[in-house]
Amino acid sequence: MSADIVLSCEGLVKRFGGITATDKVSLQLLRGARHALIGPNGAGKTTLINLFTGVLPPTAGSIRLLGKDISHLSPHQRVQRGLVRTFQINQLFDGLTPLQTLAMTVSQHLGMGATALRPLGHDPRVAKRCENLLSQFHLLEVMDHPTQQLAYGKRRLLEMAIAMACEPSVLLLDEPVAGVPAGEREELLRTVAALPADVSVLLIEHDMDLVFSFAKSMTVMVNGAVLTEGTPAEMAADARVREVYLGHGGKHG
Amino acid sequence: MLTLLFDGVAYGMLLFILSIGLAVTLGLMNFINLAHGAFAMAGGYTTVLLMQHAGLPFLLCVPLAFVFTALLGAVMEATLYRRMYNKPHLDQVLFSIGLTFMAVAGVDYFVGSTQQLVQLPEFLKGRTELWDGALGMGHYRLAIIAVCVVLTLVLQLLLVRTRFGSQLRAAVDNQRVAAGLGIDVNKVFLLTFAVGSGLAGLGGALGAEVLGLDPIFPLKFMIYFLIVVAVGGTSGLTGPLLAALLLGIADVAGKYYIPKLGAFIVYSLMIVILLWRPQGLFSRGGK
Amino acid sequence: MNRSALSLSLAAKPRWWEFALWAFLLSLPLLLPTHALLISEITVIALFAMSLDLILGYSGILSLGHAAFFGMGAYSAALFAKHINPDPLLGLAVATSVTALLGAICSLGILRGSDLTRLMVTLGVALILQELANKLDFITGGADGLQGVVVGPVLGQFEFDLMGQTAAWYTLSTTLAVFLLLRQVVVSPFGFSLQAIRDNVLRAQAIGIPVHARLIAAYTLAAALAGMAGGLQAQTTGFASLDVFGFDRSADVLLMLVIGGTGWLWGGIVGAVVFKSLHSIISAWTPQYWTFWLGLFLVLLMLVGRARLIRPWTWGRRA
Repeated sequence: MSADIVLSCEGLVKRFGGITATDKVSLQLLRGARHALIGPNGAGKTTLINLFTGVLPPTAGSIRLLGKDISHLSPHQRVQRGLVRTFQINQLFDGLTPLQTLAMTVSQHLGMGATALRPLGHDPRVAKRCENLLSQFHLLEVMDHPTQQLAYGKRRLLEMAIAMACEPSVLLLDEPVAGVPAGEREELLRTVAALPADVSVLLIEHDMDLVFSFAKSMTVMVNGAVLTEGTPAEMAADARVREVYLGHGGKHG
Repeated sequence: MLTLLFDGVAYGMLLFILSIGLAVTLGLMNFINLAHGAFAMAGGYTTVLLMQHAGLPFLLCVPLAFVFTALLGAVMEATLYRRMYNKPHLDQVLFSIGLTFMAVAGVDYFVGSTQQLVQLPEFLKGRTELWDGALGMGHYRLAIIAVCVVLTLVLQLLLVRTRFGSQLRAAVDNQRVAAGLGIDVNKVFLLTFAVGSGLAGLGGALGAEVLGLDPIFPLKFMIYFLIVVAVGGTSGLTGPLLAALLLGIADVAGKYYIPKLGAFIVYSLMIVILLWRPQGLFSRGGK
Repeated sequence: MNRSALSLSLAAKPRWWEFALWAFLLSLPLLLPTHALLISEITVIALFAMSLDLILGYSGILSLGHAAFFGMGAYSAALFAKHINPDPLLGLAVATSVTALLGAICSLGILRGSDLTRLMVTLGVALILQELANKLDFITGGADGLQGVVVGPVLGQFEFDLMGQTAAWYTLSTTLAVFLLLRQVVVSPFGFSLQAIRDNVLRAQAIGIPVHARLIAAYTLAAALAGMAGGLQAQTTGFASLDVFGFDRSADVLLMLVIGGTGWLWGGIVGAVVFKSLHSIISAWTPQYWTFWLGLFLVLLMLVGRARLIRPWTWGRRA
């Protein structure tokens, strides 16, 4: 069974001065998971993602990726081992075009990132992979437009496409449909649902429809600690979860 | 050695008053203002010119220098600086370098490039020796320390006890939220910039006798102000104060004990500190 | 070839006007033989500005002390020619290598910290080197500078003539070689990763780019090229003085690059030409007050907005 755990953390703690943002969190993500992480605002979900990806150093506890302790690896090293995330607020490269962004990311993951004397895209594999990604994320028409000028919906798609270009084994999605107008959510949701089965996904989301349609398992966090875990159905029936969200202890059936 | 310490403290306090405006401007508007030294120079030249041409006494000229430079700062903030707040740091740096160049050339043209000499009133000249000469305190430096200590206390009181002070601290902490709370951020910026520039002018006036005053004053001392801010951080008064004192003492001691290396020590110390703690020695960690 | 491949390969190709411009530049010593020394001077500065573009325009690092490397190159080349071997290409190689080493060391200082920290560290290094050059006057000639640097013929054949023809060809061909190199670098995956770091360092890390390693490499290369420019300066003028490390020089090159436009490689060349021309014209009117007009120009340029300088039709409009 333990061979099936792709990402885990053990007793993870993060303190900022007097505030405990992450309170002895232990979590396990199985291979091929479609796992949601939910909780009210301020529950510490994004902090947990930042700890997993190495953006924040933990105060205590450890993190394991594919069986190996990665607690001391830098963010880019973790990405190179297959741990990739998306951001709740788009983090794009405004000075580049979607094509250039993806081509550079793909080159990096084909091991050519440091090539300084051959042009971007000289390897035909790069262009092929870019074409696939651009097509999959409906960015073909805008591939040469400066990222700065893209519409919000396209930017969100690019955000996702960049993560996919990194060939992730474990994908951490931080509120992927945040701010996306209702009409464009479908496109994004379909892409999330179409992710390869062997990619393990941890999804932070507030949109309960997305959570219930996508997730096979869930973790609920409150005040930096894990409240409970289980299947979506179990969570929906759990009085404590309802209380945390609705604050009225089970009144709303 | 005690005398060196004394001189270093005087120098450090002066640097603090000169630099605090820069620290607050950077912390508040996230604006790298390399023209700060030009305001200091303005204060110095105001004092000198008022003394020479209007015959006003030194003790009157110093506060006048503050007022004049503060007004100058207010005008410049409202007309020019305000347009630069949201521009990239590179643009701000070049903009303020441009202003500095204009100030330097302008002063050179109108006043000439010779060192300006300040005639101190009689009671500020002279020196007191303590403990058989182990501690020699120039009266002027003593006065500088006194004035700067008072100013520091006043600033601290302003920041902590007044409403404006809490508005300022709120705006430094988080501009958007402060504006959302109804704080008139524009007014805070204007007043802060004016006072910061005024303090620079005051420092320039006080320091003219100790540091020298000529058109290239801003270029010579810019790095010192920047060191105080970079090492001391921009969140509060204590950081820049300690950094300024450290800098003052290090510079005076360095130049005395190893004159061959001169300012080398100060620059190296700065680089080492910034490499060790890029956010500054005393800051909470942030910008 | 799919659309992506087509687009990428088109972007990497040099434009026709780049060939035309270089052909024009290379013909200048023939067209304006009496100005050969000026051509040399501008070319050297253009090379210096191009090297700054690599770290400022492409990597987003604010430096107020790039002259540290220019100066190191100048003094290295001058001392090498004076005491070891007068061959210019050898001297240039030495100057470039020494400065590359300095750049690698200094690059450790700009990896972390805010824009202000970087400004301070880069400024500090230049000031320290200037102080060192000043105090170690038994090597460097101190405030008087290093005089009488006599350089041998290029490739053993082309003597440096008084008219400056050799100097002009020498500097132009070296700068062209560097331009060709940089042109390859900026359209490579490495070059694009630098731009990614410039635009969003958080995301760059999050896609697996080893940010520190890339910045160290870029900074070292830029330093080496700045050192090459300094070396060319010392070799073609015959001396090196303290102002090669000066703040003025760092500020001027920054301004030149901003005038010419950052991030498109030609900015250094365009900026150097425009800046030097303005300097000659204005200095002819008011020799002492160049600083004032320069300052005014800077203030206006920054108020109007950098990107609009080369687009006069946007001057009237609000940002």
